[in-house]
Amino acid sequence: MLRRILPFVLLAFVLAACSATPDRASSGAAGGTAAEAADGIGAEGLADGDIAQSELEGAPMPGSQEDLEINVGDRVFFAFDSAALDEAAQETLDRQAAWLMQFPDLTVTVEGHADERGTAEYNLALGERRAAAVKNYLVAKGIDPDRILTISYGEERPVDPAHNEAAWALNRRAVTVVNVVN
Amino acid sequence: MTERGLTRRRLLMAGSALALGGVPFAARGQLRVDITRGQVEPLPIAVSPFAGDGAGAAELGRRTAEVIAADLDGSGLFRTIDPRAYIQGPEELRDLPRFADWRQINAQALVTGVVRTGGAEGLTVEFRLWDVFAGTQMTGFRYTLARRLWRRVAHKIADAVYERMTGEKGYFDTRIVYVSQTGPATDRVKRIAIMDQDGANHRFLTRGRELVLTPRFTPDARRVAYLAYRGRTPGIFLRDLASGRDRRIGSFAGMNFSPRFSPDGRVMLMTIAREGNSDIFAFDLSSRRLVRLTDHPAIDTSPSFSPDGREIVFNSDRGGSPQLYVMARDGGNPRRISFGAGRYGSPVWSPRGDFIAFTKIKGGYFHIGVMRPDGSDERLITRSFFDEAPVWSPNGRIIMFTRQDPATDRTRLMRIDLSGYDLKEIPTPTDASDGDWSNLIP
Repeated sequence: MLRRILPFVLLAFVLAACSATPDRASSGAAGGTAAEAADGIGAEGLADGDIAQSELEGAPMPGSQEDLEINVGDRVFFAFDSAALDEAAQETLDRQAAWLMQFPDLTVTVEGHADERGTAEYNLALGERRAAAVKNYLVAKGIDPDRILTISYGEERPVDPAHNEAAWALNRRAVTVVNVVN
Repeated sequence: MTERGLTRRRLLMAGSALALGGVPFAARGQLRVDITRGQVEPLPIAVSPFAGDGAGAAELGRRTAEVIAADLDGSGLFRTIDPRAYIQGPEELRDLPRFADWRQINAQALVTGVVRTGGAEGLTVEFRLWDVFAGTQMTGFRYTLARRLWRRVAHKIADAVYERMTGEKGYFDTRIVYVSQTGPATDRVKRIAIMDQDGANHRFLTRGRELVLTPRFTPDARRVAYLAYRGRTPGIFLRDLASGRDRRIGSFAGMNFSPRFSPDGRVMLMTIAREGNSDIFAFDLSSRRLVRLTDHPAIDTSPSFSPDGREIVFNSDRGGSPQLYVMARDGGNPRRISFGAGRYGSPVWSPRGDFIAFTKIKGGYFHIGVMRPDGSDERLITRSFFDEAPVWSPNGRIIMFTRQDPATDRTRLMRIDLSGYDLKEIPTPTDASDGDWSNLIP
């Protein structure tokens, strides 16, 4: 009896170990170990059915893009043809400023975007204006301007490709992106 | 009414320069198509297969006639008659046409020609344009060229016919550059592509690894400026079409975009965004001197020169919403010219100087429109969910623009006569946007 359930116990143990591992790459390696362990037990009495396995997310690495996205908020949204930062945007940027203070070695790029309801060139200019509004706010909160680059994608990079007000509201945004150090 | 009278009326409607009995030659040359008049009755014209001398010449002669006919038909001003109706064949047409044969099929004009092959790569092409009812030759040229350029000569002949019949320059020996689009909307691959005006000789100029936008020909049609997200800062690059070489236009603090050249090709206008503020600058391509033309906290972008090079139309939201403004070439005396309800953008001055084309967004629709340079006489000539980025054919008669269909998400290049008639798609191998139309190839 014990031999019958042993592989499952082992598998559960390994999975539990995975969930405690913060790094996703190492959890993948542990998954491989589970398969090998099952093989080692031998064939007798083993169920033939597939065992579903899914990776458990660990906490994002502090100071990573994922950390910014999940724990801080990486983007702010704008009204139509506006670069004004509303209350919700300012709260997000306050958190971003505090977060950037925590990781003084990081530099970021603020990407400004527009919805499709304008001409392409005007929207490039509008995206610049939005990215600069975010940068200026962060600088006013004490972040070194040299740590913040800006770029505009105009209407070229929608997150929601639909052609309605809900999509346009999501696309009118400025996203703070952690620069990868080469 | 006699058949002769009918013919005269149709000719006048077409505004053509075709001769009728007794009209003095000099007077005919002054007739012009009035591009503000609206739809015209296409003029029936026969384009005979060209006779051939030498290896492959007859086949080349047939294809030359096909290219000419497609150009003329595509203009909306001519209607070519099906070659199967022609009574007199290409070989007989080496001599004077039997005009009665062409009158019988109601051709009012006739194009004939001869193609001679031979020599290393040599080709000689002759053509004549005939007034069928007067029984006279209207024009005729001989071209000597490398064989691989045969399509260009066909376009040049179509241009000669167009010019002789309408009194205006043609637009057939020209190219179109545009942004090819493939892939899903959230991960679009954009490549600069170039083709002849009729879609032939299509090729890509970039590989799609970087975002590219707004290709614009230099006035000599030899180079293309475009915006590329390449390196640390997106910027304008200039591609030499013959050598394939690319160079970045200067190195400026801030992103630069919206390139457009002066009519003499010496100056490139562009927008430079610094600290979030976009202003218009003129960059002298030989001295590499950069001159600021606007200095305003508003967005100033999309500059376009008048054909005399004296003024610049541009887009600005300095009045609270995006509108059109005209200023002197040195930036002086800016004045608003658009006052209708709605938001305006992407103005482009007609090569004829008489109109400015623009995009207008109003009531949930995008329009392509035209107005006089002083802002009067505004007319909207298209309406759809998404029309934008108008440019002119080099003779100022046709507007090409981008149309996106929200139901299918297809994005196409379209063209429409300035009068608002003859709307049609410009076929491209992939989705297409941001077209620019070259001048006649020198």
